[in-house]
Parts: sequence; C-alpha cells; structure tokens
Amino acid sequence: MLQRIWAVMQKQFIQTLRDRRTLMVIIALPVLMLFLMGYAVEIQVDHIRTVVVDHSRDQRSWSFIEALENSGFFDVMYYVESQDEAIQAIDEGQARAAVVIPPDFLGAVERGEAQALVIIDGSDAMTVQSAYNAAITVAESYSVDLLARKLERSQPGAHGAALQPLDGRIRVLYNPDMKAIIFMVPGIVATILQNQATSLTAFSIVKEREAGTIEQLLVTPIRPLELMIGKLVPNVVVAFVNMLTILGLGVFWFKVPFSGNIWLFLWMALLFIVSSLGLGILVSTVSSTQAQAQQLVLMILIPSLVLSGYIFPREMMPKLVRFAGDLIPMTYFLQISRGIITRGVGLRLIWSQVVSLLIYALVVFGLSASSFKQRLE
Amino acid sequence: MGDEMIVAGDLHKAFYSHQRGGRVEAVAGISLRVAKGETYGLIGPDGAGKSTMMRLLNGLYVPDAGRASVGGYDIVRQFQAIHRMSGYMAQRFALYGDLTVAENLCFFGRAYGLSAAECAERVPTLLRFAGLERFPQRLAARLSGGMKKKLALASMLIHNPEVVFLDEPTLGVDPVSRREFWDLLSTLRAERGLTIFICTPYMDEAERCHAVGLIYEGRLIAQGRPQDIRALLPGQMVELHTKDLRAAEIVTGVEGVLEVQTYGRLLRVFVEDAERRIGGLVGAIEASGIEVSGARVAEPGIEEAFVYLIRRQRQEGMHRP
Repeated sequence: MLQRIWAVMQKQFIQTLRDRRTLMVIIALPVLMLFLMGYAVEIQVDHIRTVVVDHSRDQRSWSFIEALENSGFFDVMYYVESQDEAIQAIDEGQARAAVVIPPDFLGAVERGEAQALVIIDGSDAMTVQSAYNAAITVAESYSVDLLARKLERSQPGAHGAALQPLDGRIRVLYNPDMKAIIFMVPGIVATILQNQATSLTAFSIVKEREAGTIEQLLVTPIRPLELMIGKLVPNVVVAFVNMLTILGLGVFWFKVPFSGNIWLFLWMALLFIVSSLGLGILVSTVSSTQAQAQQLVLMILIPSLVLSGYIFPREMMPKLVRFAGDLIPMTYFLQISRGIITRGVGLRLIWSQVVSLLIYALVVFGLSASSFKQRLE
Repeated sequence: MGDEMIVAGDLHKAFYSHQRGGRVEAVAGISLRVAKGETYGLIGPDGAGKSTMMRLLNGLYVPDAGRASVGGYDIVRQFQAIHRMSGYMAQRFALYGDLTVAENLCFFGRAYGLSAAECAERVPTLLRFAGLERFPQRLAARLSGGMKKKLALASMLIHNPEVVFLDEPTLGVDPVSRREFWDLLSTLRAERGLTIFICTPYMDEAERCHAVGLIYEGRLIAQGRPQDIRALLPGQMVELHTKDLRAAEIVTGVEGVLEVQTYGRLLRVFVEDAERRIGGLVGAIEASGIEVSGARVAEPGIEEAFVYLIRRQRQEGMHRP
C-alpha cells in the first residue's frame, strides 16, 4: 500500500515540477497578491480632494477651513461661488467632498448657532466613512476650542480643559497604528492557502478524468484512498511552501508583528491545508472538466471572502448567513491565525476553532473518500 | 472451468439516455467464453456496446444482471484480483503525456507492486519489445500515434499479466503501425500464451483472432472462428466493378441472387455457384447500358458476413411487433 502511494506521489511530483509555467504561477501569484494588497489596500482614506464655498469670507470661516485642512483628511483644491458649482465639481470628479459655509459665519459662531455643510461623494464607501468621521471630529474639536476661548474671555482664570466633562481615550490593542496590513496578512494567508489547496487538488484529479488516465488507474491495484493520499501530499508541500513565503514576506518585509507561537501556527496551517484539499476532492467529484472545477472553486472563493469574517465581521450576519460561513474552512482558520499572529494567544483560547477545523477535515475527507469510487459510474 | 480465462453469462448493462428519455441497454444479454491462450475479437460498429463490455469485464461497471468471471474471479466481488492478473488498455490513449516513456512504464510497474529493481530490469526488455528503446527519455506526449499505442501496450505488460483487454487499440493508427502492433500481439501470444480480448471496428483484424463475436446493439449476433462466421454467408461471392450505382438495383432482381452489398463502386453479389452465374450478372447490367469494368469470383471476408448478418437482424427487427 505504501509503495503504491509512493508511486502516485513520485509521479505527481515529477508532473508538478515538470510543468514549470504552472509552477511559476502557483508560486508567484500569492507573492504578487500580497504586494498588491500590502501597498494598495488602505482602509482609511485621507487627502480627500475638497472644494470650498465660503459665503462669509471672514476670520472664523478661514480658521475653520484651516482646521479641516490641518486634519490631513481634506485637501482644499479651490474655491467656488455656489453650492451648485460645488456639486458640479463632485459630479465631474474634480473633488470628492465640498464644504459650504453660510454667510455671516463669524456672527453665527458668536451666537452659538453656526452651521457648515459638508457634501461627500457617496460613490465610494471608504471615502464616505473617512470624510464623515473626519468632518465630525474636526467640527467638534473646533467648537470645544471656541467654547474654551469664549469662557476664558468671560471668566479669566478658568481652565479650558475643565469644560470637557468626559475625555474618552481609546487604546487599540495589538495594532495601535491601525495599519491595514497587520489586519490583512492573516486573511491573505488564509485566502491564498484555501484557494490554492482547493484548486490544485481539484485540478489534478479532474485532469486525470479529462485525459482518460483515471480509467487506466482504476484497473491497477491502486485503491482510491491510496490515489487520493498520493495526489494530496505534493499539493500539501506546494501549499505549505507558499504559506511560508507569504508569512515570511508579511513578517520581514511588511513588518507585521508575529506575536504567537510559530510551531502552533504551522500545525494549524497544516490542518487547514488538509481541510482545503478535502474540499478540493469534493469539488473534483462533481466536476468532469477543469473548466467546471474552476467555476466551482471560484464559487467557493467569493463566499469565503465575504462570509469568513475576512472583510465583514461575522457578528453582524444573520444566523443563516453565518451558518453558510461555518461550512468554509477559512472561517475557522481566520480566527486561529488572527489569534496566533496578531493577538499571540495559545491553544487554550482558540481550541474551539481548532476542534471545529479538525471535525471539518474529517467530515470532508469521509465524504470525498466515499464519493471517490473504484468504478467509473 | 480450467481451460477458460473469460466466461460471461447473460450480461446486461443499461444507461440512462437523455436523447431517448429512458434507460437504454448498452449490453443486452451477452454470453461468451474465451479459452486460455486464445485471442477473442469483439467486432462491431461504434456504439454497439464493445467498450461497455470491456469495462464490465474489468470491474469498472457493475452489471445489472448476469455474471461473469475472468481467470475464475468474479467481476463484481473479486475485481481487485482481476486487476492484479490482467492488463487493460482503455480506448482513449491513457498514459501520462508529461511523463517520459520510461517514467510511464515505471509508474505502472510500481502501481502493480513491482520493486524499483524489478522495474529497472523489465523496462529495457519492454522498450525493446515495443521498439521504443531509442526513446526512453522522450515525453509520451511527443510520441507518434503508433508509438503511443505500443507504449500503452508495453506498460500493461510490465506486471506479466495472464490476460489483456484491448479496447480499439489501433484506432487512428496508420496501417504500417497497425500491422506492427498486431505482430507484437502475435509474439505475445506465441511466447507467453497470453489471452487477448480485443475490441475493434476493423474487420481485417478479426481475421487474426482465434474467435470473434459480432456485436450489434448490445447483442452478439454471431460468434465463432472467423471461418465459421464467413460460412454464415449464403452462396459464393462475385465482385463487380461498375461506375453506376443503379447496377445494384438491377442485380438485385436477377434470378439466383441471394444478397447484394455495395462498397462504393464495388458490388459484392452472393449467388449459388458463382462461376456459372457470373456471366448472367454482367450481362444483366450491360443490358441496361452500364459498363462493367471488372468481374471476378472472390473469397468473402468477415466484413461481408457482418453486413449480411446485421441486415438480416434489422429485417427481423422490423417484422417484430
């Protein structure tokens, strides 16, 4: 039995290494993806191009606009005469936001009833979020500032700080600078591992079916389980090498801190790879061509990105949708890898995910072993 | 049962067909016996059920009804034992194009449980046998069609099987390679006493078998030695060369004509006592103003017998309610 597994493995390794072009793609693609994500993905948007309509043109309006600009979120491009012109500038894509200041801003501020309108281009969710938060923060701190000065004038000696009844301080754990890359790397590792392991396995099995070699294999003494194991091992190796590459680049190039135990992480990655390979076998049993397998892998990839908690927090999802996410191995591994890489926790705090992943691997393998028939039917 | 390698009794296998909206029997009650050391040819047109029969005997399909055994092993319960003692060459060329000739041979050897040393010993012999000794390092995908078939044959032989199943092994192969392939089979037969079960649509290959079965729409319509099959044809055969297809109609009406078959411009007419009738046939055609460029008495082959038998089968089918 071991000899037959070894025979399949040898064959698979030779085939993998001989197809240089595919191998290059398999190895280069994750690296490329990491660099793209590492440099292009920034959740926080700043330097938003802004136009200003200033109907007051007084000392207060200027200092307010200055405050907006100093926040770093808004770059004032130019001034226009009316709100319509400002909206037109956004329509034309000249600006992403506009600030409209009504006449007599100075007087309104003195009376304590000043208002400024901020118009934001809503076509990009990230910009809206950042501009919205920034505008509110700037306006709040600006008014606190004003209030303090006003008070100081009427009551010399009183300290401005006393005005603020509550001073909220936020401390972000594990990722104090809120760098996107730190948050992304565990997710990228999980996405790439799952996608590659699933598709490599599915393709290598479907390829035999497409070429007709499966018929020849089935009449040899090689049993389906032996064939499965022999085919999986080389794919495990390829996926593992890729995982180490991405992790290495993340830690040494992008300076993502690795807080937890590396060995624990590697064992978990292996478990995850094996579950993903099992998923690949399942895909292969229902597809008869590589094109079909490709579509199915894609059909798994997209829900994986959306439902696993990689992009959207799972806590907010309706029960049924969350259950769909439970069927994807990435969901568990994401929690495990964020736990180990970012938070540095040990097995004690992630054991439930580990057990889930283990059960998952067993179920998927059981299913695929029973559907992988010795017969052609 | 000692002398028999393959025994099949009333095998049935149906598949669901979308075209006909129901189950269609690909193999509809086939019984046959193949003695050890014999070469049995299953002859029939595409879609007759040849490949299904092959796959049934190799345990790749489970029959709906009937029983069969290979080397005394049951095809349903003991198919793994059959796999160890037999070789099977599927219809589609099924070796690894991205492995070299030697790697392909060795992979199959290892799959059949040979040690690396045994492989190393047998590979050169097989390469020589298949005439591939100059290309052990060539990728299988870069071999010519004929060489691919020879490599496939060689890799099925690496574990010294007692019986081989060949599903249309010479399909799409040039005539020279086809002859070479059959010469290899003859060598195997003579040297190893190998039992060969072969499917082919080529009638001339049937002549090289000890026994043939004519398969049509899932049934064996005739079975026996090639000469026995030919003997099923009525009368003797006259070959007529004409340029006009109407000649066939004219001849059909001539007295004493039992069977007319057209092969392009060649007309094969079956009559009692060919020597006496040949003049009358030529005369009847020429009387209609059609030139006969050649006429001779010839020995009929399996092909003529097959065409005759299928035609008779169809007529019987039409008379059936």
